[in-house]
Amino acid sequence: MTAALTALIGALASGDVRIVDLTQVLSPDFPQITLPPELGQCRPFRLETVSEYDERGGGWYWNNFSCGEHTGTHFDAPIHWISGRDLPNNSTDTLPVRDFVAPACVVDCSAEAAKDADFLLTVDFLKAWEARHGRIPAGSWVLMRTDWSKHTDPVAYQNFDEEGQHTPGPDPDAVRFLVKERDVLGFGTETIGTDAGQAAHFKPPYPCHTYMHGAGKYGLQCLTNLDQLPPTGAVVIAAPLKIERGSGSPLRALALVPKAA
Amino acid sequence: MSEPLQRPKRKNPILATRLPKEPPSARSRAALGLTSAAAYGRFELQVCAACGTVQYPPREACHQCLSTALVWTPQSDSGELLTETLVRHSMELFFRERAPWRVGMVRLPSGPTVIAYLHADCPPPPAAVRIEAALDRAGQAVLVALPADGRTRLADDPKLRDMTCDPRFRKVLVTDAKSPVGQAVVKAAVAAGADLVWAGYAEAWKKTPGFEDLKDIPQVALIPLDVTDSRSVHEAAGEIGFKVDILINTADYHRTYGIFDRPGVETAQAEMEVNCIGLLRLAQEFAPVMRARGADGPSSAVAWVNLLSIYALSNFPPHGTYSASKAAALSLSQNLRAEMRKSGVRVINLFPGPIDDEWNQMLLPPKLAPAAVASAIMGALQGSVEDVFPGDVAQEWLARWRENPKGLERELSM
Repeated sequence: MTAALTALIGALASGDVRIVDLTQVLSPDFPQITLPPELGQCRPFRLETVSEYDERGGGWYWNNFSCGEHTGTHFDAPIHWISGRDLPNNSTDTLPVRDFVAPACVVDCSAEAAKDADFLLTVDFLKAWEARHGRIPAGSWVLMRTDWSKHTDPVAYQNFDEEGQHTPGPDPDAVRFLVKERDVLGFGTETIGTDAGQAAHFKPPYPCHTYMHGAGKYGLQCLTNLDQLPPTGAVVIAAPLKIERGSGSPLRALALVPKAA
Repeated sequence: MSEPLQRPKRKNPILATRLPKEPPSARSRAALGLTSAAAYGRFELQVCAACGTVQYPPREACHQCLSTALVWTPQSDSGELLTETLVRHSMELFFRERAPWRVGMVRLPSGPTVIAYLHADCPPPPAAVRIEAALDRAGQAVLVALPADGRTRLADDPKLRDMTCDPRFRKVLVTDAKSPVGQAVVKAAVAAGADLVWAGYAEAWKKTPGFEDLKDIPQVALIPLDVTDSRSVHEAAGEIGFKVDILINTADYHRTYGIFDRPGVETAQAEMEVNCIGLLRLAQEFAPVMRARGADGPSSAVAWVNLLSIYALSNFPPHGTYSASKAAALSLSQNLRAEMRKSGVRVINLFPGPIDDEWNQMLLPPKLAPAAVASAIMGALQGSVEDVFPGDVAQEWLARWRENPKGLERELSM
């Protein structure tokens, strides 16, 4: 074992590095993304018991589950969006595995999101964050902390009215800035999508999906516990299932967090 | 006049629950003709094609001329009550529990004299009466003589109420109360006198217009229920299953595609998941306790209603995958009916034509208003039928299907 790994194991054992679970429980109760009903739909998470120490299998308990690739806490690969469809190595089975472990910048928008469900993260907001915490390094995740995951009631979490969903997200310029000026690894949110609830009406529609995936960047959504991460210094482990030509997958997202944080 | 039904007293919890017993259900194959007509709400007898004799009871051959050319033919519902008696004793458990029984002989204008139950309001003989072919708790056809006034209903007689599934004073679960039909069924059940109507809802974050208003109806209680989620069905059944007297499964997933209109199987799977497997989940969770409560006092578990579609009989190609899911549901409902039979809990299938909703927006009228669907369900519960075909389209398709199923298939494909 190299010194670096030995040190990491030691730090984990001593508590100098803590592991934070960024993942929501995969449950039938967790809502899935909602599209107009005539469109194809993402399947919600469903669990069917195969046997439970009973006549279907006397000594064991197990389930079959079904869900969409974009159910629960999940990873978006570039192939998910039409803008990223022709990029090389753009699906879950071909993504470079080194991208699955990467540093994270956590931008705290929780106060703003609490006041305004439609809060949009802007370039100015990001620059103000950089003024306090330093420049966002290339190849890092930018995670938008909104504390939205604390809405445990699915109605509040989805926050629909007659004009659709009202959840925070980035504005188009902020996404362009992160992609072009900062060359981030991807963008992560606590809400059901990386884009804001009303992003279907933005120019372009769904800017975070369009620009991020068009540039080979990734998405993480339905994250939780972002309030336990420092603004900088955490390392995110986010490895999607190796689905052949998969557009994404539910995953167990973890963060390594230094004790001082 | 029989007394109007009073609110039954609450169950005495120290007494054992009465177990369901079947009225005698054995019938010859020929006699099942009476049942299959009654299941559709019709009174039919065999008429000999050779000599014209109207025959009762049903037999394999004409009792006049021995011809086997017997045709089941709708009969007039009028008759003359000739005589009556009171049966005070029976070795049949079902009759014994409920004795005495008023029965009589009724002469039909077409010739035969039939044995019929007499409604409590039926005048003593001689009297003009109305004959109704009803289904008893075994699901077999029996004949009932009612006053000729045309207003008296089976359910007005406390003993014959068993032949109906009247929602009055009962507790009803509507599995999906968010859809326009679901909302209408909830309101209709309340109007029909149900004590309590549970309004099931899935995906609470999708706010359907009108659904929230149901909360304001005092008899209505909302309950989370998603028929695609086994755990949700299990939890709802655990919470209320032992109180549900009538389950009305309105859960329906309807998209409008044939095989070539839409690539992939995802939409068809979703239709099958709600329309067929959803029924299976409900049946496994709710039906066992309903079966056990089939004779649980005046407000026993009594009926299970499935909202199918006339497309279940023959595939309507523009809505082809939906038709397939409803045909699968029809088959499963027959399975459920067979397994519920001994308990006396009636499985009623509704086969509406196109309903006036967003998924039929491209179809020309006539289309059924959701309130008309709800009203057909209540009518079926208050009456004594198994299969209901509400609306002009359903009636027309049914007639063509009964006459020539291949012909209907062919017509629908053009």
